[in-house]
Amino acid sequence: MATTLAQKIWAEHVVHAASGEPDLLYIDLHLIHEVTSPQAFDGLRQTGRTVRRPDLTIATEDHNVPTLNIDKPIADPVSKLQVDTLRANCAEFGLRIHSLGDKDQGVVHVVGPQLGLTQPGMTIVCGDSHTSTHGAFGALAFGIGTSEVEHVLATQTLPLQRPKTMAINVEGSLKPGVTSKDIILAIIAKIGTGGGQGYVIEYRGSAIRALSMESRMTICNMSIEAGARAGLIAPDQTTFDYIKAKPHAPADFESALAYWKTLYTDSDARFDREVDLNADDLEPFVTWGTNPAQGASLNSNVPNPADIKDDEARGAAERALVYMGLEAGTPLKKIAIDTVFLGSCTNGRIEDLRAAAQVIKGKKIASTLRMLVVPGSARVRLEAEAEGLDKVFLDAGAEWRNAGCSMCLGMNPDQLSVGERAASTSNRNFEGRQGKGGRTHLVSPLVAAATALRGTLSSPADL
Amino acid sequence: MDKFIKHTGSAVPLRRSNVDTDQIIPAVYLKRVTRSGFEDGLFAAWRTDPTFVLNDPVYKNATVLVAGVDFGTGSSREHAVWALQNYGFKTVISSRFADIFRGNSLKAGLLTVILGQSDVEAIWKVIEAEPATHISVDLESRSVSYNDVVLDFAIDDYTRWRLMEGLDDIGLTIKKGEFIDTFEKTRAAYKPATLPIRS
Repeated sequence: MATTLAQKIWAEHVVHAASGEPDLLYIDLHLIHEVTSPQAFDGLRQTGRTVRRPDLTIATEDHNVPTLNIDKPIADPVSKLQVDTLRANCAEFGLRIHSLGDKDQGVVHVVGPQLGLTQPGMTIVCGDSHTSTHGAFGALAFGIGTSEVEHVLATQTLPLQRPKTMAINVEGSLKPGVTSKDIILAIIAKIGTGGGQGYVIEYRGSAIRALSMESRMTICNMSIEAGARAGLIAPDQTTFDYIKAKPHAPADFESALAYWKTLYTDSDARFDREVDLNADDLEPFVTWGTNPAQGASLNSNVPNPADIKDDEARGAAERALVYMGLEAGTPLKKIAIDTVFLGSCTNGRIEDLRAAAQVIKGKKIASTLRMLVVPGSARVRLEAEAEGLDKVFLDAGAEWRNAGCSMCLGMNPDQLSVGERAASTSNRNFEGRQGKGGRTHLVSPLVAAATALRGTLSSPADL
Repeated sequence: MDKFIKHTGSAVPLRRSNVDTDQIIPAVYLKRVTRSGFEDGLFAAWRTDPTFVLNDPVYKNATVLVAGVDFGTGSSREHAVWALQNYGFKTVISSRFADIFRGNSLKAGLLTVILGQSDVEAIWKVIEAEPATHISVDLESRSVSYNDVVLDFAIDDYTRWRLMEGLDDIGLTIKKGEFIDTFEKTRAAYKPATLPIRS
């Protein structure tokens, strides 16, 4: 039978299936961090269970860790307890952990791919919704809750209902200055925050094939913002080349490669839903509201809620404009920004830092704002420093930090204050996401860099 | 996990769509290493507003949350479910839930009930007019009832059975251990392992 890529990977991981029950799916890789795991380890202790496959499990510290003074004890005692708890749990259950100060510490979704642990055809889970990032390699990767973290620790499996499949076809070629971040923001605006609910998305088409691995990760990362638990891209030569030199690339690369080449959607397979997007027309895209679907071309204006026909969407837009302190009709490029955040599992990889540095090189950021540059991992930071990118940012007046989730979710000290407005390369513009009362505009690294120079939302074309 | 068969209680109307899990519980409240005590963080930003519906004394003892469409979007934090439970909610009604939130709720024993948007709006009107109205959510008959209204809802047989029996999901899977053993023997050798460490 003709099947989609997601269906193929699913079928290859079914441990047990019975009518009237969810499929029991085998999990190839389990990523762990400090925030969503402590209660899961407690559960294991209470029931006398153990970790079934420590060799398929890896932990790092990312969500709440500071990005300054990482050689000193964590100042916030509650954060420190959570990190210490992760370290103690990993020691007790014999799990690999990359702690602050280790060169492989960093945002969990940056760490997996850079170690070569993320490979095509795998099932990958983590107690974090942006696990969809790993789908860029043609893996079925999705976020889970803490009860499921405990389930995977104990059994290396999960009982799951089979999802529907959606194809998003992006044909054409991107104009200069337009990136994969703009593609995914445009997709979310098109299908809505619930559009992907119940689906695994497969991103297809010439514009997707032309992207680097890191750009593909940006797209899959934000699948969850369209409501889809997982999003993936069929592996190709770009994928294989990326993995080859990584530490955990298969020793028997040829056997792995032969298998990876079977991972595609059959030409006569049918998706439950298909959506088309033309890459030729795309412009830099930014959000104006408080959910990731409330976005528009940077060259347009803040929308007028009165023009929105749907009652629910109109009410949400009205509320969003009040929270964001914006007036309908204002050109988006006139919006003044207080903080630029470059980082996160969406756009904190080396390619993102290079793109932003190229825009900023030799210039100064606007005196009216601050810019935080937070590499996605310690390795990314080291690589950037070897290329002199740290100097580019520092010379421009930006702050160069250590790796972590940082201001993406404002769990560590890197937060917006009430009313502060950010242009952020992260993934969520929810109310208070980056700090209580903070206002977030989601942007690409290129828009972040141009905005830092001009002080208002801008693209490199405006410089 | 406690069994869930039927729950009856008063309800609070949350007339907002796209209530993401950062609203249900902001990240700064996620630092506890226990499963309890998260009620302080529930809707923390909104609760500072005296006009927020949860601050209205007429809804003080509500145990049923009736929310707008796309409830629980965003972060996978199960703390959102715990915060609702710690606060006293037993069930949440909406016309659509985000996948991860719904999965988490049904693992943790917070029953999420999907009704049509017009039915949700009808309930909002009733509980706004008469906050003491009791809403019954009956998992056995898969129905929501109040006054003389009865509304059916769908939930798969397996999840319903597990919730009604209060069964531990992990215990059920461990009974299938032989299938896991067999599967692992067929796993390809080229699949990566985190140990031993290579760098």
